[in-house]
Order: sequence, then C-alpha cells, then structure tokens
Amino acid sequence: RHASSFTPSPAAMQPTSLEQVQATAEPNPLKTCENLSSMNTFLMPLEEEEAKDSFDVDVAVTNPEKVGDGMNAYVAYKVSTRTSLPMFRSKVFSVRRRFSDFLGLYEKLSVKQSLHGCIIPPPPEKSVVGMTKVKVGMDDPSSVEFVERRRAALERYLQRVVSHPSLLQDPDVREFLEREDLPRAVNTQALSGAGFLKMINKASDAVNKMTIKMNESDTWFEDKFQEVENEEQQLRKLHVVVDSLVNHRKELCGNTAVFAKSLAMLGNSEDNTALSRALSQLAEVEDKMEQLHQEQAASDFFIFAELLGDYIRLLGAVRGCFDQRMRAWQRWQEAQSTLQKKREAEAKLLWANKPDKLQQAKEEITEWEARVTQYERDFDRIGMTVRKEVLRFESFYLLLTLIVFQLIKFWEAFLPEAKAIA
Amino acid sequence: LSAPAPRAVNVDLQTDAMLQVDISDALSERDKVKFTVHTKSTLPNFKQNEFSVVRQHEEFIWLHDSFVENEEYAGYIIPPAPPRPDFDASREKLQKLGEGEGSMTKEEFTKMKQELEAEYLAIFKKTVAMHEVFLCRVAAHPVLRKDLNFHVFLEYNQDLSVRGKNKKEKLEDFFKNVVKSADGVLVAGVKDVDDFFEHEKTFLLEYHNRVKDASAKSDRMIRSHKNAADDINRIASSLYTLGTQDSTDLCKYEQMLSLDFTRSCLHKIEARIAADEDLKLADLLKYYLRESQAAKDLLYRRSRALVDYENANKALDKARAKNRDVLQAETSQQLCCHKFEKISESAKQELIDFKTRRVAAFRKNLVELAELELKHAKGNLQLLQGCLGILKGNT
Repeated sequence: RHASSFTPSPAAMQPTSLEQVQATAEPNPLKTCENLSSMNTFLMPLEEEEAKDSFDVDVAVTNPEKVGDGMNAYVAYKVSTRTSLPMFRSKVFSVRRRFSDFLGLYEKLSVKQSLHGCIIPPPPEKSVVGMTKVKVGMDDPSSVEFVERRRAALERYLQRVVSHPSLLQDPDVREFLEREDLPRAVNTQALSGAGFLKMINKASDAVNKMTIKMNESDTWFEDKFQEVENEEQQLRKLHVVVDSLVNHRKELCGNTAVFAKSLAMLGNSEDNTALSRALSQLAEVEDKMEQLHQEQAASDFFIFAELLGDYIRLLGAVRGCFDQRMRAWQRWQEAQSTLQKKREAEAKLLWANKPDKLQQAKEEITEWEARVTQYERDFDRIGMTVRKEVLRFESFYLLLTLIVFQLIKFWEAFLPEAKAIA
Repeated sequence: LSAPAPRAVNVDLQTDAMLQVDISDALSERDKVKFTVHTKSTLPNFKQNEFSVVRQHEEFIWLHDSFVENEEYAGYIIPPAPPRPDFDASREKLQKLGEGEGSMTKEEFTKMKQELEAEYLAIFKKTVAMHEVFLCRVAAHPVLRKDLNFHVFLEYNQDLSVRGKNKKEKLEDFFKNVVKSADGVLVAGVKDVDDFFEHEKTFLLEYHNRVKDASAKSDRMIRSHKNAADDINRIASSLYTLGTQDSTDLCKYEQMLSLDFTRSCLHKIEARIAADEDLKLADLLKYYLRESQAAKDLLYRRSRALVDYENANKALDKARAKNRDVLQAETSQQLCCHKFEKISESAKQELIDFKTRRVAAFRKNLVELAELELKHAKGNLQLLQGCLGILKGNT
C-alpha cells in the first residue's frame, strides 16, 4: 500500500491517511504537537509495511472538542474508521467518544483477556491535573498541549487494539468503533495510573504463586518475569528523566531565541561593517537552529517520552499477561503431548482395524494440531508487538538525520561570512 | 590538579627588547590557585633571561589596581583584571554526587563523575587562560610593559604580601565608584568638541550595554544547555544499563537500541551543547564586556581631565581679573592642559587599537566556532547514518 522506499524530507511529515488534526484555536507555538500527530500517521505506514498479518482497518482519533461547562465538562474526540472488512456496517464511518469510553473498552477487554491470550494494549493514564485545566478553559497553550498529547496517545492505543486480529473480532471493539451512543463506562477509577499498577501487581502476585508450583523446566518463565519487572522499573526512572529533558529543552529554546536577539542588537551597534554583518548572521543562524530544534528536535524527545510512556505501560501489560503466556505454553505442551498420544492411539487403531474409531482419532488429531499451532502463535505474539514498537525508533533516527543536514547547511553558509571579517 | 602548559604569546616590538610571558603551570588547592608565571626576556632590567615565580590571584589584582591608580597611565586602556577563580559551583556538584552515590548505578555514577571532573578541568583551564591573557596584554603594551610593579610581579620570587583589601578600603572603593558613576552621568551629558571622541563615547556607551546584555543571555542559554546535557547523560547511562541486561527477545532490541541510541543521542546533543563551542562565544562576550568597560573608564578619565582643565582656565581668568596668585594659576592651568592633551593623544591611539583588537578577536572566534559546529554536525551525521544502517539490518 505504501512504497517501501521513501525519500526523507520535511515534506514527508505531512499526514497521509485520515483527516489531519484540526488546528487548535490559536496560531500555536506548539508545532511539536502537530509534528506528534503527523508523526503518528508517518509511523503507521512503516508499521504496516512490516506487519506480517495486516488487516484492512485504519483508525484515527481527531477533532478534540470541549463539551459542556465547568467541572462536568469533558473532551469528545472523533473516532474515524476506514475499513474493507465486511463485518463493519460500512467502509468509512465515525463516532464521538470521550476518554472514559476508551478506558471502558480496555476494562471490558481485560476481563476477557484469557479468551484472547494476548496482550491487551493499555490506554493512556488518567490525569486529574491536566483535565482540570482543560475543564477551566481549553485555550491556554499547556491545555492545548495536554489535549494533543492525549489525543495522540488515544490514537496509538486504538491502532494497537485493531492491529490484533483477535481483538478486532471482539464485539466490544466493534461496538466501540461503530455504535452511535455508547453507554457511559463506569468504574474507570480503577484505571488511573496507580490503579493500573495495582492491577498489574495483583496479576504478578498470582503469577508468583503459580511459579512456585512450576517444575524445573519452567524456571525460564520465572527468570523472564523478573527481567521484565526490573526493566519496567528502570524504564519508569528513565521516563522521569526524559520528561525533565523535554522541559529543559523547551527552556533552552526560549533562552537561545532571546540570546539571538541580543546578538543581533550587538551586531547593530558594531561599527565595523563586516563584523556587524557576521554578528547579525550568527544571530540568524542561532535563531534558525533553535526554530529547527523547536519544531522537530524538541518533538523527537517529546515523542520519545510519549513512546517511552507507552512502552512502560506495555511492559506492565506484558507482566500482567505472563500468566496467560504461561498457560498458553502449558496448553501448547499438553496439546503436543495429547497429540502425540492421539497419534499413538491412531497407530494402535490402525493395527486393530476399527474404522469409526480411527476416523474419530483422525479428527481429534487435526483439532489438536490446529490448537498446537494456535498456541504457538499466541506465544510468539508478544515478541511481535515489541518488535513493532521498536520500528518506530527507526523514523526517529531519520528525523535526527534531517535535522543534522539542516544544521550543516546553516553553518556552511555562515563560515565564509565569518572569514570575511576584516 | 595542574594544567598542561598553555601556549605562550610572543611579543616582539620592533625596537624594544623581547618580553614573553606565559603561565607555564598552575595548581589548584583547596581554596586557592597557584599560577606559575614564566618570563623570557632580553630586557636589561631583569637579572636573568628566563625565570619563573609563583603568584596567586590577589597579586594579579594588586598589579591591575596599581595601574589604575597610576596617574601616568590615565591615558591608556588598562587591561581588565582577570576574574577570581570560582570553583564553588563545581565543588558543590561533586560533593552532591558523592552524597548521592548510593542511589545510582555504578555506570551512572562513573559517568557523572567524569562529566563533573571534565567541567572542573574546563573551569580551571579557563581561569588560567584569563590570567595569562591579562599578563600578555600588559607585556604587549608599549608603556605598561616597562612598569616597575610589573617587573617586580614577574621577577620577585617571594610572596608580594598583598593582602586583600580590608573592609575600610572596600568601602572607599565603593564610594569612589558611586562618585564615578554620578560623574559619569554628568560627563556623558556634555557634548565633546572633538568629533572623534564624541563618536567614541556614543559608540562605547551603546556597545558596552549591548555586550553586557548578550553576555548575560549567553550565560542563561549555557545553563539550559548544561541542564539538558545532564539529563541526556542520565538517560544514556540508564538506557545502557537496560541494554546490557540479559539478552532475550524482549531485551535484544533495547540492547541494540540503547547502545546506538545512547551514542547518537549524546553526540547529537553535544553538537548543540558542546561546552567548547558555546563557551567560546560566551567567553568572548565576557572578555569584551570587561574591555569595553576599561575603554569607558579611559574616556571618563579624559573627561575628568577636561573638566579639571576647564576649571583651571576659569580659575586663571579669575586670578587675572583680581590680579592675585596669577603665576600659581598659570602653572596649574598649564599642568591641566598638558595632562589633558597627553591623555587625549594616547587615548585616541588606544581606542583605535581597541577596535582593531576587537575585530580580530571576534573574527578568530567566530571562524573557530563555525568550524567546530560543522565538524560536530558532520561527525554526528555519520553516526546517525550508521545507526540507521544497524536498525535496518536488524529488522
């Protein structure tokens, strides 16, 4: 669907699939957010390219709008779906959903997790502070940014959900995408950041109890589990520092812009013409560099922080899913041994010559073969998910490369001016 | 901690003998820095042709102040005094690091320690350079280089015993400065008859203010850089730790990611945050802030001399009118006239030299800055392209 080779250029950052993100009220200084959204759509083609089983469903979350006033206000998003699958009511449709609806979907899916035997992608976390600001007024830059971050996170969340073939089949998912009026989700308090952690911890406790009963060949799982736990802790620490970095970079952008202006003033008062010109140009270079960084580089860490956050939550889900995987493994092992027994029985029947029993045995073998395959596939799915996430980082490197190209151009233009000072 | 031998500035004025001064070594002790001032000279005043002494910051200040207070040098731009060595911030950071050792991994700690030590070394190198520049400027000045105090400073191998100013003297200085600035306002208001000086006055006042502004803003910018760089370091070591954990399906990608990402991250940011580049610009601005202040001080002294001259003229007229103490008034007037003219003459040359020096220094620094930035950016590009290659190969 998308060309496998693409020439990187700033123009390539234009979103290509569904609707572009609605420009927010003000001519905003938050180009970072625009880039975040276009980054999402930019990244999706990359992902689909690589996905082995890709389904023809595209979802987008756009047009955040404040509904109502005061403390009861909320933000409604437009959830648009484009699909070629017959099970949906039409090829292109959209509904309006609010944040708690997304949380509600997750809760419904989690309950049925054992059915799917895969990781249920976790949604973004609640934020009382962020939302309160928005309720008060959506106009100031920090609210705008908050809403944009959330919108992008919700979009990524939905995209992950629909990219699971098993989840896509789930009636709750379909209902979420299609149904005009969705009954309000209740009990979504459990899904705040702390609540989420609690849930994960409960799951891991259950797993711990199970591992005690495991025999030796299953210590592999125990080790895995420990690793993932450590990793998650590290990532949480990392996330804090990345957030700090994003803020410092913002500060840096501001200070550099101010400095550039000051440098320009200095150039003005300098009475040596060539030096004056060089200083003015240096001021311009500094300014351009910071603009460049603000628009693209600041967002790369911003995006990194976002993805890191996603990844942490994903790891949390992985931990919670370990028991599923373990059970899948068990089922797989049992299925294999049962299959083996069935085959032996079949062989015996062949010798004993009981045709109807033989047929039955054959059918059972086929069934178990299918199960073995299924369970093996389940088992591999986790690795696949992680792999997809990692692919996002490739585009990140491309971004960085673009920036550096630009930087080189700026300095190459400045150097002769500096040399011309006499 | 001692600095490697910095480059020396060779001073050779056509008819005068050679005088070469540099700081060949420096030692940072707990609360002071000891500079080894090394002199090579063919001047007859010195006992030997080559010798070294150990000096501390206060002794540099003593030398500078002796120039400022010397009436003979009123017509020259006195090279600005080097700033006091300040390791407080750096020491504090190192101490905090030591305290927080338990809360971070061994890699993180080592990395941070290296960063802080590099920072300490950079500050140390800078203070050595500043002190050296001061001495070199003095040695390069046709008149100041002959100063007796300067020679004592260079040669006398005992402690000069210049204690820091006591409270009373500091207070006196303070009031002197207050008077000066009040006077400065008066002087600035009076239009100079001489076009050259009028132009210089206007120019210097504006230039000085703008350099001050640019210098302050570049400092703020650099602080932000440092903060971001510290974050990058913590992220990098964190990722590195993650990546070097047991290699499994889950971790393999981080491993690849973290090592390369770490490096590219660091280098990318270094291209913008590199202490070398930005500090270069900041140091240049700071230095010219001090130099332009010294130039302003010169203009001020000339203006004072002019005022004294005009007052002496008035006194002479009065004396002639009353026909009393005429000779005394005449002598006084002649002295003032002579002083004023002497200052004006040398000031003119000094200001022209200042301009030349300034342009040359900016040129050199801006060219070096651009070349460094390019070098970093290009190296960075290679690294990123390498990372892309690795990623593509692995997927």
